[in-house]
Amino acid sequence: MTREIMTPLNDETILSLRAGRMVYLSGPVYTARDAAHKKLVELINAGLPSPFPFEGQAVFYAGPCPAPPGKIIGSVGPTTSSRMDAYSPLLIEHGLKIMIGKGERGEAVQQAVARFKGVYLTAVGGAAALTARCVKEARLIAFEELGAEAVRMLTVEKLPLYVAIDANGLLPE
Amino acid sequence: MRDIDAGAIEETVARLCVEANIRLNTDIKEALSAARLTETSENGRTVLGMLLENASIAVNEHMPICQDTGMAVVFLEIGQDVRITGGFIGEAIYAGVRDGYKNGYLRNSVVSDPINRVNTNDNTPAIIHYEIVRGDRLKIIVAPKGFGSENMSAVKMLKPSDGIEGVKRFIAETVKLAGANPCPPVIIGAGIGGTMDKAAYLSKKALLRPIGSHHKDAFWAGVEDELLASVNDLGIGPAGLKGNTTALGVMIETFPTHIAGLPAAVNIGCHVTRRAEAVL
Repeated sequence: MTREIMTPLNDETILSLRAGRMVYLSGPVYTARDAAHKKLVELINAGLPSPFPFEGQAVFYAGPCPAPPGKIIGSVGPTTSSRMDAYSPLLIEHGLKIMIGKGERGEAVQQAVARFKGVYLTAVGGAAALTARCVKEARLIAFEELGAEAVRMLTVEKLPLYVAIDANGLLPE
Repeated sequence: MRDIDAGAIEETVARLCVEANIRLNTDIKEALSAARLTETSENGRTVLGMLLENASIAVNEHMPICQDTGMAVVFLEIGQDVRITGGFIGEAIYAGVRDGYKNGYLRNSVVSDPINRVNTNDNTPAIIHYEIVRGDRLKIIVAPKGFGSENMSAVKMLKPSDGIEGVKRFIAETVKLAGANPCPPVIIGAGIGGTMDKAAYLSKKALLRPIGSHHKDAFWAGVEDELLASVNDLGIGPAGLKGNTTALGVMIETFPTHIAGLPAAVNIGCHVTRRAEAVL
């Protein structure tokens, strides 16, 4: 049985996730990739509020295709997470708990995940028409000028993910 | 001379942009199905199953296979007896890309400047490779390239003394370093010889070949097979979740080179590696 978890995640749930396991995630996730991360870090450094709450929440490194008529969203899937490595530790320090992307992370991210008890999950890259089916609602939240890179809140249902760095900073064996 | 209308080029490019992004090519679909039978890891088999299901949903629901619908790379083989009428060929291609990405609900992923990054909002410009060939036909190949895999590609100017072992090491090392980032199972295009730019061009062109095809020289065909086996031994597996399916194919293109050099380029294609073509 694959475990099902719901965002926002509490500390107890996060601590119980083990590297290498598959989970189905439901609830809100916020899309943000390179350009949005740059802006989020600028806001933090300027002492300004983030356009969405960080505590217990999930950031999904994704830039969806435009929604065709009659669809909630176009194809959507993870982008390469390591491009966000320069920004992630600061976001984690400010309460971000869950990151969803693809590929390996740098040491600084791994350490921040362990120190602040977060989790890094990976989605299957390039299965984007399938992943779009998990999205039940999509809403523009911030940085509309970034186009595909804008921050959107997606309400997902049973998004299949793998635990790639757990709260102990461990990787799959 | 045979006249070809620029409008027909525009329409064809627009159609091919959508087709390439929505329909997974048969050779890749067959390779994924075959890999599902031989993949040793359970997670790997699950992922291969998801990729096949994803391909069916994409074509049935007219959705892009992947959200990264790429930067449009267009290869043109222009017969020397063709005359383009009714407009400039380069503008017709850009207009086709613009139409295809807008009407196909494909993602606009191009920024106007590599440092001062502003989205052009119509996915232009495209990368165009023009080649003049014999005859009076115009062949158009649209191969939109996603950057998860493009970012993991590499060029290296090897020394002649590095030999075939150096070439093999460089290709395998590039795939190893890429890990899960380029969405394995990957397709590997390599360009060996020529100049730095020629090797890079050949590596991209190699990705146009169907999986299972071989270099016409038996030596290089053997290197392709050997490399496919050795990168699959890396154990990266589908989506990087471990397993023995890291690559579906290795395609090498070669060209004569300088007495002092051994240029080598590796262009990694993801499991989507889009291509669609038409002849006018």
